[in-house]
Amino acid sequence: MDERRRGRVAGVDVGGTFTDLVLIDETGAVRLAKVPSTTDNQARGVMAAFAEAGADLAALDLIVHGTTTTTNAVLERKLARTGLITTAGFRDVLELGRRTRPRPYGMTGTFTPVIPRDLRLEVPERMDAAGEVVTPLDEEAVRAAGRRLLDAGCVSVVVHFLHAYANPAHELRAGEILRAFWPNDHITLGHALLAESREFERGVTAAVNASVQPLLERYLARLRDDLAAGGYAGELLVMNGNGGMVSSRLVAREAAKTVMSGPASGVMAAAYTGRRAGFPDLLTCDMGGTSTDVALIRGAEPPVSNEIEIEYAMPIHVPMVDVRTVGAGGGSIARVNAAGLLEVGPESAGSQPGPICYGRGGTEPTISDANLLLGRLDPARLKSVEGGVTLAEVERIFAERLGAPLGLSAVEAAEAVIRVANLKMAGAIRMVSVSLGADPRDFALFAFGGAGPLHATALARELGVPRVLVPARPGITNALGCVIADLRHDFVTTLNAPLALLDPAHLAAVLAAQAAEGERLIARERVEITGVRRLYSLDMQFLGQTHLMRVPLDHPAPTREELQARFEEAYWQRFRVRLPEIRAAVVNANCSVIGRRAEVDLSALIDPAARRPKLAEAQTGARPVRFDGAARETPVYRREWLPEAFRLSGPAVIEQMDSTILIEPGDLAEGIADGNILITIGGAP
Amino acid sequence: MTLDPITLTVIQAGLQQVCDEMDLAFSRAAFSPVIAEANDRSDGIYAAEDGALIAQGAGGLPVFVGTMQESTRILIGMIREGRARPPRPGDVYIVNDPYLGGTHLMDVRFARPFWRGGEIFCWLSNTGHWPDTGGAVPGGFSASATAVEQEGLRLPPVRLIKEGELDPEIYAIICSNIRVADQRIGDVKAQAAALEVGAERLAALLDRYGDDTVRAAIAELRLRAAAQMRAFIAEIPEGPHEGTAWVDSDGVVDEPLAIRLKVTRRGADLVFDFSGSSPPCQGPMNSVRATTLSSVYLAMRHIFPEVPMSAGAFEPLHVTGIEGSFLDARYPRPVSGCAAEVSQRIAEAVFAALVRALPERVTAAPAGTSGNFALGGHDPARGRDYVMYQISGGGYGGNADHDGLTNGCSTIGISKAPPVEIMEQQFPVLYRRYALREGSGGAGRHRGGFGLDYEVELRRGTARASFVMDHGRFGPQGVLGGRDGAPNEVTVWRNGTPYVPRHLSKEQDIPLAPGDRVRVRTPGGGGYGDPFTRDPALVAEDVRLGRYSADEARELFGVVLAGAPPQVDAAATARLRAAPTRAG
Repeated sequence: MDERRRGRVAGVDVGGTFTDLVLIDETGAVRLAKVPSTTDNQARGVMAAFAEAGADLAALDLIVHGTTTTTNAVLERKLARTGLITTAGFRDVLELGRRTRPRPYGMTGTFTPVIPRDLRLEVPERMDAAGEVVTPLDEEAVRAAGRRLLDAGCVSVVVHFLHAYANPAHELRAGEILRAFWPNDHITLGHALLAESREFERGVTAAVNASVQPLLERYLARLRDDLAAGGYAGELLVMNGNGGMVSSRLVAREAAKTVMSGPASGVMAAAYTGRRAGFPDLLTCDMGGTSTDVALIRGAEPPVSNEIEIEYAMPIHVPMVDVRTVGAGGGSIARVNAAGLLEVGPESAGSQPGPICYGRGGTEPTISDANLLLGRLDPARLKSVEGGVTLAEVERIFAERLGAPLGLSAVEAAEAVIRVANLKMAGAIRMVSVSLGADPRDFALFAFGGAGPLHATALARELGVPRVLVPARPGITNALGCVIADLRHDFVTTLNAPLALLDPAHLAAVLAAQAAEGERLIARERVEITGVRRLYSLDMQFLGQTHLMRVPLDHPAPTREELQARFEEAYWQRFRVRLPEIRAAVVNANCSVIGRRAEVDLSALIDPAARRPKLAEAQTGARPVRFDGAARETPVYRREWLPEAFRLSGPAVIEQMDSTILIEPGDLAEGIADGNILITIGGAP
Repeated sequence: MTLDPITLTVIQAGLQQVCDEMDLAFSRAAFSPVIAEANDRSDGIYAAEDGALIAQGAGGLPVFVGTMQESTRILIGMIREGRARPPRPGDVYIVNDPYLGGTHLMDVRFARPFWRGGEIFCWLSNTGHWPDTGGAVPGGFSASATAVEQEGLRLPPVRLIKEGELDPEIYAIICSNIRVADQRIGDVKAQAAALEVGAERLAALLDRYGDDTVRAAIAELRLRAAAQMRAFIAEIPEGPHEGTAWVDSDGVVDEPLAIRLKVTRRGADLVFDFSGSSPPCQGPMNSVRATTLSSVYLAMRHIFPEVPMSAGAFEPLHVTGIEGSFLDARYPRPVSGCAAEVSQRIAEAVFAALVRALPERVTAAPAGTSGNFALGGHDPARGRDYVMYQISGGGYGGNADHDGLTNGCSTIGISKAPPVEIMEQQFPVLYRRYALREGSGGAGRHRGGFGLDYEVELRRGTARASFVMDHGRFGPQGVLGGRDGAPNEVTVWRNGTPYVPRHLSKEQDIPLAPGDRVRVRTPGGGGYGDPFTRDPALVAEDVRLGRYSADEARELFGVVLAGAPPQVDAAATARLRAAPTRAG
């Protein structure tokens, strides 16, 4: 390999509205692109992003891709026709769920199972909970069911048997039988993706996998063709929801793992950026048009959970970065309720029609519109919008819908909208951090997404968070996550043993086998790595309890005493309760194997050549911005022109191609390495 | 002090946050799965003078929405009258007496005054469902109890925690009277810790906004919640609107119990008159006053989920005519069925009464039973006794917009059912079937959701099966021309011979031997609107998916199908639907 070309890496992330690209070459030079996403075939948007960046595909060494192909397919139920072969008596497990309802109040709501009832077939077979055969597998019935599903037009099939996590023999045999005549390799065995008990969760995970597999494979084949036609000869890697990447030729086998990859790559980028900047403990806040995603990072290690539900009754239990959606986004709608109180959200204007200020016909006051009325967003931008809306029009709607019933002026109402929205968001962020056993005050807030940096200082103040870190490119953080991602494989093995009966040698053997399998998979990838990291943990609980605690291990051969002590400590940290009188149990043993790639130089994410030597030269003007009931003339800076190291006191607005940052009065903003801005709440001299 | 609406909103959100954090702290740290996983708990803030609900956690169990303010109100009264010891800072009361603002004995309330400048500013309180509080049967649901003493240990309000320290003597009495006492300390600590979290967060809120401002905001928010509820009520025709719901039996005497409800709008208030409902019963299907009020409140909140949980929202709702009925049972009537079953029948009566007045908002009757099947036995392979609970859901009622949900949880609950795989890991049983109950959804323009059909086999040892369910005699009501959902059915196969419980949905201690099976088919939801107006394509779809048979399509929906997969025969369907009389 030509030494000079090594490490020319592109990250491409397809989001709901935009497709973003970050390209970093061996010298650290950066190219960026932001183009509209193409929902019918995301590959067109990806190719357009490369064109916009002026990238020479032939000169690229590696492309890492984050795609929402599978996410959209699941949420819109536009799935490949998929059949299920399951244990006699249990075909409805996928439809019955766990006996819930969508909301605590209101006896309404609907649920559509991943696989329709007529494509769910039963065969005689049964294992018990110990993995012993109760009813032998009826092989002829498997054959007949497979043929019926093929005749019904299925292109993918799931075999999901009760207790297959304890003994997969029947699933394995059924897989063999099907492979003899199934026309493709879209055969998902329930235990293969998730060897954990709980038939609904394991079944849905397998069913989602099977029904997005053909779609993901077809999409990636098309993209590989397009890239090859453009001269690209390297490897195409795809982001997984665990924040790691996998070869595009392997990823479809476990396609369910890509379902939550978008938010995961943003969090990976946050952890990476934070570590380099000396902030390993972060609360990340990604605020976009319709929602805000929150994650909690400790020690620069993004949290991974096996228990994520992507919507009502749709659990996908594969290891995924633990990102929680907390509601409000720029498009969240404000209204006055029957009690005469202001409410913001949960309804959103989305991107169509969007906020009033988008000029696409939106008539409901939103958070973005409020930011505009307050001068936080640039009112001059309205003029550039096609079919434009005037500021006076936005003001009129605020006055009518909100101001009149509240007895406020339009601008006062806008300020109230922002105040209430920030309060609700801060409350939701607090709940996420408390539920994970953390005090938000011990973290720095990492603000990204188009709207995150606009609300970050207010949220930090509300949460008692002392510092806010705004990365160089808040609006394209997910694409950056692709560029910096490592190779990663996660393993979960159910042990279900009281600590007193746990054989430490067996535990060590399980963890060693997981590590070996991960290393084998990483060795198969054609990607250069600098080393391999293994992260070990156990999921534990007190006997008699149901919820799990993840307990990290610093080595793979702990003694029972060590485990008891670690568990009690973790339990105390999380719940502030000590229960030495009750015995602990080990439920799962986990290992993540990470193939680390060379460090990526982020220092040129903002072009050093464009920077101005003095702060004053970066100022583009000033405008009145409203804070605490009064407008203040506020300087406006252009992010790309700011000197590398600068200090400025709020109020200030910093604008850039992909985001707007608000520095509130009393706060101090400083330029630090990698083009990040560090804001200290109340830090102004 | 007058407050601007933004300050009000901010303080409302702040109070809500305090409660949500208490809920979270309780669930996360609780030991018992009933609390930790099933969220059978609730936390709230209550007024110092009368216990009125100020705010309650959004994720609390619905049935507790109104009980806790009753419980706190009664406790405050008892302290005032010298019937309970006055509190000192750091004290936490424990109480589970059903007749003092409770539900059943298993719902244990903790209450602690929140002190500010040497005075009680408000009360913090929570309820958690303990897995056992003693009594005749493990878990407390005895279908044949005839007095509350048989149901478990009854605690008046006593200070379990005194000035921050757990009273070891009271705790020892509790532990000596309940099963699996060694694990309860985990729940006790979690329940107290949740109130501690609440106190810390509430203090921060008061420090930030000022005691007087928060006090004024609480008063104003109460008025506004009442105004908000009244704005909804104003749209309801005056009535009277009548609805009736039936409890199968009380478990002891095999006769149905009637809930007769007449709802009348008086100005912007609603009067719920239960006169004519059955008298108190011998078995455990009695409700206590607090649970009856709470059931009305939670039903109204299902109808108007926008209204905040606050005493103000309940003020326009007046419940009358329950004295002397089984909806206001007094000591020593047994009450274990009140929270799980009777409460759901009360909610059903409210839905039935108001669905014609609010056809866009109210659904046909949901399955409305907690479907409690308890299996207690000895597992010789593990050398231990066990009690297994299978709580199950059923179909929801159809509504103006869509078909009812299949296998939803109880009207008063929000919990998840345990997976079959976990049940089989823990108990010596094998599930032969866990399926959608075909044909169970009540026919309608929008049909009811489907119930559950499961069958459990005992593998080894001996065991006794008990059932506390309902809707076995009467299916969940269809409305506006819709049909009733299928009733609950229990069949016990002993030695290959079927046995149906005498009270259909209730019986205690049916002995089982290895190989014996229990089959339960839970109710489907009621149908909404005339089934002959249902889109024939949707009927064909249901038949194609095996949810109804072609015969049912014809008889219940007037849709004629032909071919495979079944297609609508439009001409024959039109003829059938136009015919003057309907089959069935």
